[in-house]
Amino acid sequence: MALDTVSGALGTPDQKQPFAELGLKPDEYARIKEILGRRPTSSELAMYSVMWSEHCSYKSSKVHLKQFGDKAVKTDALLVGIGENAGVVDVGQGYAVTFKIESHNHPSFIEPYQGAATGVGGIVRDILTMGARPIAVMDPLRFGPADAPDTRRVLPGIVAGVGGYGNCLGLPNIGGEVVFDETYIGNPLVNALCVGVMKHSDIKLAKAAGAGNLVVLYGAKTGGDGIGGVSVLASETFDTKGSTKRPAVQVGDPFVEKVLIECSLEIFAEDLVIGIQDLGGAGLSCATSELASGGSGGMKVELDRVPLRDASLSPEEILMSESQERMCAIVEPSKIARFLEICEKWDVTATVIGEVTDGNRLEITWHSELIVDVPPRTVAHDGPVYNRPLAKPDYVDRVNAEVLNISLPETTDQIIAAVLKLAAAPNLADKSWVTSQYDRYVQGNTIQSQPDDSGMVRIDAQTHLGVAIATDANANWSYLNPYEGAKLALAEAARNIATAGAKPLAVTNCLNFGSPEDPGVMWQFAETVRGLADGCLEMGLPVTGGNVSFYNQTGSVAILPTPVIGVLGVIDDVRTRTPMSFDQAGLDLYLLGESANDLAGSEWAYLHGQRGGNSPIADLQREMRLIELLVAGRVEKIFTAAHDLSQGGLSATLTEMVLRHNIGAQVQIENIGITLVGETPGRVVVAIDPSKAKALTELASKRQIVLTKLGTTGGGALVINGASIPLTQLRKAWTETFPKLFG
Amino acid sequence: MKVGIVTFPGTLDDRDASRAAEAAGTTAISLWHKDADLKGVDAVILPGGFSYGDYLRCGAISRFAPVMTEIIDAAKGGMPLLGICNGFQVLCEAHLLPGALTRNSELHFLCIDQKISIENNKTAWTSSYTQGQEIIIPLKNGEGAFMCDDKTLAELEGEGRIVARYVGENPNGSRNSIAGITNERGNIVGLMPHPEHAIDPLTGPTADGLGFFTSVLNAMVK
Repeated sequence: MALDTVSGALGTPDQKQPFAELGLKPDEYARIKEILGRRPTSSELAMYSVMWSEHCSYKSSKVHLKQFGDKAVKTDALLVGIGENAGVVDVGQGYAVTFKIESHNHPSFIEPYQGAATGVGGIVRDILTMGARPIAVMDPLRFGPADAPDTRRVLPGIVAGVGGYGNCLGLPNIGGEVVFDETYIGNPLVNALCVGVMKHSDIKLAKAAGAGNLVVLYGAKTGGDGIGGVSVLASETFDTKGSTKRPAVQVGDPFVEKVLIECSLEIFAEDLVIGIQDLGGAGLSCATSELASGGSGGMKVELDRVPLRDASLSPEEILMSESQERMCAIVEPSKIARFLEICEKWDVTATVIGEVTDGNRLEITWHSELIVDVPPRTVAHDGPVYNRPLAKPDYVDRVNAEVLNISLPETTDQIIAAVLKLAAAPNLADKSWVTSQYDRYVQGNTIQSQPDDSGMVRIDAQTHLGVAIATDANANWSYLNPYEGAKLALAEAARNIATAGAKPLAVTNCLNFGSPEDPGVMWQFAETVRGLADGCLEMGLPVTGGNVSFYNQTGSVAILPTPVIGVLGVIDDVRTRTPMSFDQAGLDLYLLGESANDLAGSEWAYLHGQRGGNSPIADLQREMRLIELLVAGRVEKIFTAAHDLSQGGLSATLTEMVLRHNIGAQVQIENIGITLVGETPGRVVVAIDPSKAKALTELASKRQIVLTKLGTTGGGALVINGASIPLTQLRKAWTETFPKLFG
Repeated sequence: MKVGIVTFPGTLDDRDASRAAEAAGTTAISLWHKDADLKGVDAVILPGGFSYGDYLRCGAISRFAPVMTEIIDAAKGGMPLLGICNGFQVLCEAHLLPGALTRNSELHFLCIDQKISIENNKTAWTSSYTQGQEIIIPLKNGEGAFMCDDKTLAELEGEGRIVARYVGENPNGSRNSIAGITNERGNIVGLMPHPEHAIDPLTGPTADGLGFFTSVLNAMVK
């Protein structure tokens, strides 16, 4: 095919272009023509199509997401907000922490190992791009039924990919989730979170300022992998029938990324860049248009200078390639020699591909011929915005009206059976088959990791300052009530930070949904965003950024609405954290918070095949008082241990606590049936030395949190209302599920 | 006393090893793989990681780095040299230690708190332990199964050159549950588990690993 240049496009205004195949609608194509005043060249069409895809432009979600700004909490803690590669939060002592979570769902279904691996790689580069050293990763994962044949294909590959990439980068994996549900079959969710740390003065932004400054591409060479991956993979619903467009998933090389991280950090330390952007989805199209629009707007790029892995790539393909492990930096001419010297030291390929100009056009040439001449903002930021129709789906009222009819454990035998059944349930069973494939020790700062309530890393070995992160979603509740579901997930993630005694500070999110073209799904999404924005405002927590993944559905079956909420907290001295379990006998166990009749959406209901009922209503004021209590109790050294109640209720919490250090407990529970398996939010089990009873009572009454004594620690069994389960038996039930399923 | 910590491209545990060396009272000095210069250090640690992305074979490329030429010479002259995980793999590739590390029997990466017994406390890196002492330190690798021929195994066993052994279930299929070995002279030790991740119970399972780093200080002071 002949090179399609700007002058050529002017001369052939009526040439037919494959905009529909590239995922653009006729009106979107018309708009591009209107912006340019002519038809786009094929390279411009490639750029617009990929940047205006759902994945890059957020065209269906934008109108809703702006609530995060409109309802934003006024806070000085947020140093960089939504819109940059990742938000940045002030955690004190001159440190800034950046964190973000992203999805890599579709690629991970097609090619589990590489899909998951490059998901980790992408989010790590986002964090690095802010100027931070990445210090930990987390991976909330969701799969179809644990015993489904395809889960056996997808899960081991995804776990190996997360580990294979993250381990090789030297990043501790400090937590996540593994959840199974029928709706994720064919649509597994791979969400990847990364957290990084820097000094305030080291924050970097994606902007290309200063005419004459150089545009440098460095890292891996550009190949043909992932071409069109963004627009096609992330925007097309999987359909078992009909034509499919599934190009190659990107292939990652973590070694190249590790070297790129160290090389970049050395470059940052010497203050050699004006602006920086990683190449992720939409590759060079995204990096050049975002950098240019982040500055004054003018940039010239000589595309033929891009080092290639495959010399036969066309300019359109080079612009769309999603080859991994690449970065684009804006460097002053006086600093370029040193920049290239550092790249040389790390054996990283670096090439000047263009420069910042005075104008406001992004001009790209191919062997001196102009093939792209666009206002960069129109590519990067002025994509289409859809106010898609939304309507409350019929199922909601129907399932909300269902009355659950599930037997509750009342007798000794029933209690034992229920505790063992929950312990062995794939959603609650020991996840070390997964987490033992991840390095949790590297960097030497890991304070907490799975199976703790939150991951915690030390960021200063002298002052002992640390951060904690938890990610949570309860899709069952979101299915019943997406507004409350989002608030409840937020509350749970915040509580999981607070059980260790850390103070919640900021929120990120990864919103996984079905097709936005389905008004019912769009309603779930809108309700979720409204709930999360309201919840964050009420709890005083800023949203620092996030990610939306649509089209997680096969045919007409969408996944459960799955908003994964990540909360970041700070702890002034990691040595004083409250652990999740006790390692001694003779402690008193208490339940903080009230237990109500909350069975809907619980694991117990799920195990009995019932999905109906009403989700609990989030009481965020009470959650905030509970958080305050947990932080104060840590500071006042009242707790020996504290552990959140969530999926599996009190049964799961007690199971996890007694098995952690193999110390049993004897508890007496009133209203045993519902209290053991119900999932009323806002509850925590704490263990204290008996001498702290008065202090605990004061702590709880001051914050109007109901306090109930459960029993004491010790012995070799978990004894509930006289029903005794030897720890060996409980451990067997809890640990054998995953090895049985996955080898 | 100065301990050199080598960084190859892809090395991950260099900062951890430096921290451990400092915690033991030695001074950690960074050594860069491209520099054939040991900067006057008294001992060297090759830390864990995926040097050169484990391309070809683990440790196969690192073994040819300029810094290794100096290290191999010095170690042959008696300088204490510890290879941890990927470092152990480099030592085998450099033929400073016999055998090879192959894929774990379960065929995937494994990160666990592992009990090992110190089988030889006469080396430069294990004198802080008692003979037969059992300690718990992290084991984390994908290719940690120690393999060698029967003759070599008999020699290692016969000459007391097994430095550490896994206690309980063999986690990765290593021959004779071998976790670490030494050369005849006892100055070069290769160890699959990671003592540098167990110097403080706050960040590791125990502080049991510190002994490796205090041992080398004792070896030099003596």
